[in-house]
Amino acid sequence: MARALEKYLRPQVKATPFCPGCGHGVLLGLILRAIEGLEQEGRLAWSEMLFVSGIGCAAWIPSPNFKADTLHTLHGRAVAFAVGAKAANPALKVMVVSGDGDLASIGGNHLIQAARRGNDLTVVCANNQIYGMTGGQVAPTTPVNLPTATTPGGNPYRPFDLCELVAAAGASYVARGSVTRPYDLIDYLGRGLTTPGFSFIEVLSPCPTQFGRRQRLDSAAAMFDHLRATCRHYVETEPEAELPAGGFLLGEFVHGR
Amino acid sequence: MPSRTAQPLLPPGPRYLSGNEAAAEGALAAGCRLYAGYPITPSSEIMERMAARLPEVKGAFLQMEDEIASISAVVGGSWSGSKSMTATSGPGLSLMQECLGYAAFTETPLVLIDVQRAGPCTGQATKVGGGDIMAVKYGSHGDYQVVAFSPWSVAEMFSLTVDAFNWSERLRVPAFLLAEEATGHLRERVDIPATVEIYERDYRPGEAPFGHPETDGVPSMPRFGQGENLMVTGSTHDDWGYRKTEDPVVQDRLVRRINQKVLSRTDELCRYEGYELDDAELVVVAYGFTARAALRAVRLARAQGVKAGLLRLITIWPFCSRPLAELAARGVSFLAPEMNLGQVAGLVRQAAQGRPVHELTQVNGRSIAPQAILQKIGEVL
Repeated sequence: MARALEKYLRPQVKATPFCPGCGHGVLLGLILRAIEGLEQEGRLAWSEMLFVSGIGCAAWIPSPNFKADTLHTLHGRAVAFAVGAKAANPALKVMVVSGDGDLASIGGNHLIQAARRGNDLTVVCANNQIYGMTGGQVAPTTPVNLPTATTPGGNPYRPFDLCELVAAAGASYVARGSVTRPYDLIDYLGRGLTTPGFSFIEVLSPCPTQFGRRQRLDSAAAMFDHLRATCRHYVETEPEAELPAGGFLLGEFVHGR
Repeated sequence: MPSRTAQPLLPPGPRYLSGNEAAAEGALAAGCRLYAGYPITPSSEIMERMAARLPEVKGAFLQMEDEIASISAVVGGSWSGSKSMTATSGPGLSLMQECLGYAAFTETPLVLIDVQRAGPCTGQATKVGGGDIMAVKYGSHGDYQVVAFSPWSVAEMFSLTVDAFNWSERLRVPAFLLAEEATGHLRERVDIPATVEIYERDYRPGEAPFGHPETDGVPSMPRFGQGENLMVTGSTHDDWGYRKTEDPVVQDRLVRRINQKVLSRTDELCRYEGYELDDAELVVVAYGFTARAALRAVRLARAQGVKAGLLRLITIWPFCSRPLAELAARGVSFLAPEMNLGQVAGLVRQAAQGRPVHELTQVNGRSIAPQAILQKIGEVL
């Protein structure tokens, strides 16, 4: 299986750029598995894909790893570049892969405006709840009270619920998964790619290096256990059931509209 | 060079258009098929005409959420294969600067029409200004080049927009039409030509898309969806697009080439006109709307027996020093009237080999009157 995905990777790229325990490598593989599944069903061709990313660790998931057209843009602007690329060539299947700081802070307006317009894009937001590449500063997704490099006394602010934000803006498909539940994520990514209009998949991705160590979760295993313990799968009849403080609901929240 | 003859959308012959309308028609004639922008006075008529006209040629029109998104979408559209543009004015230009650097560094063809208004900041949104000369060249960080033309008429709003597209595609560089509110909103006759020469994107399959063996070479320009598996990045990159963020040789070579590919073609890019220069002792150096007043002032001065002439700069960037140096060698003095505090006068001084360069600066939101220039000619002679 793993070797089967090599057809999607540039042979010149050898080493992963990600830290030990980072979830982005898992997400990289899950995106490829989702696309491979759609290709096998004849619903998508790899040659149609354009991957657009911003700045940050998650922006390096497609660029340069994916053997496809990749557009590695400016910090926050991936969605805006993607809108132009898709408009000029609607035959392209455009997926944006970037991080929470990139998409929801500096790029927040581009995200909600594209969702409102219904631009035909699939946006994958790797959410590690912190600025990883720049050294662990607070993000708009950081939990309340978490100490970060720029909130040493603890983060005084509430985080965005990105799925609620994008759903309220009018997205056609909205789901949240975690790299700790990979098979669900393959489904979400596949459905995001095949739902017309603006699709948004938030992916919880552990960052032991910058997020974990600030709350003594400084190994991959500790972070995976923490994510598993704080996530609940979304059940429509009991949407808020048993959600721990700071925890996440996983599941599909908008499915075509 | 892959150039060809194309027909404008408008039938050939005289039309009565505003400068902004003519610029939009010039863009369409040049083959522009994607416009992304954000409304801003005094450029919005360009956007409105593109919104109406692009669907007629199956082009894409995007009103984006701000100017940052606008130029970002233009870069994305350009890499998807469409000749792409935006238009703005001072505050929007400031917002576009980071992505202007992205376009220069990734060698993305695009055209940006800056219809200048009185700045700085919000300034006087409906009044004319000319203070963006340095901003279009030096507003983004790092060393890079742009091409910029300055139109003095509605006819040139059309023709120089075509030229901006041609040079942008040919050199893979951002190209400006550095217009002014007065020309953008001016209405006068423009003769639409039956055909225009346009330059098509030069894609050479298999060649490196981000490098060239010559130190001033322009790489092949592929687009997304051709199977080239492009890696476009604003980080320092090698000839094939791989990020090289720690390699001093790659960084040095790339920065020098994206500058040299423009600077080594300065003579070819350099366009200017001379009036009454043969025996001139005082040369008025003017550009854009101000050159109209300068020409009138020179004619009036000649009627008084004053040996004045006009050098009208059409190309602003790269800056054309040679005609100035040739005039300076003859021993002339210069006068530079400008709707800013001497942005081009400083460049003239660098080229003037020590000859006197007088300034006439005006930043009151009004265009400079011929009488003001005539009076200054009298003072400095």
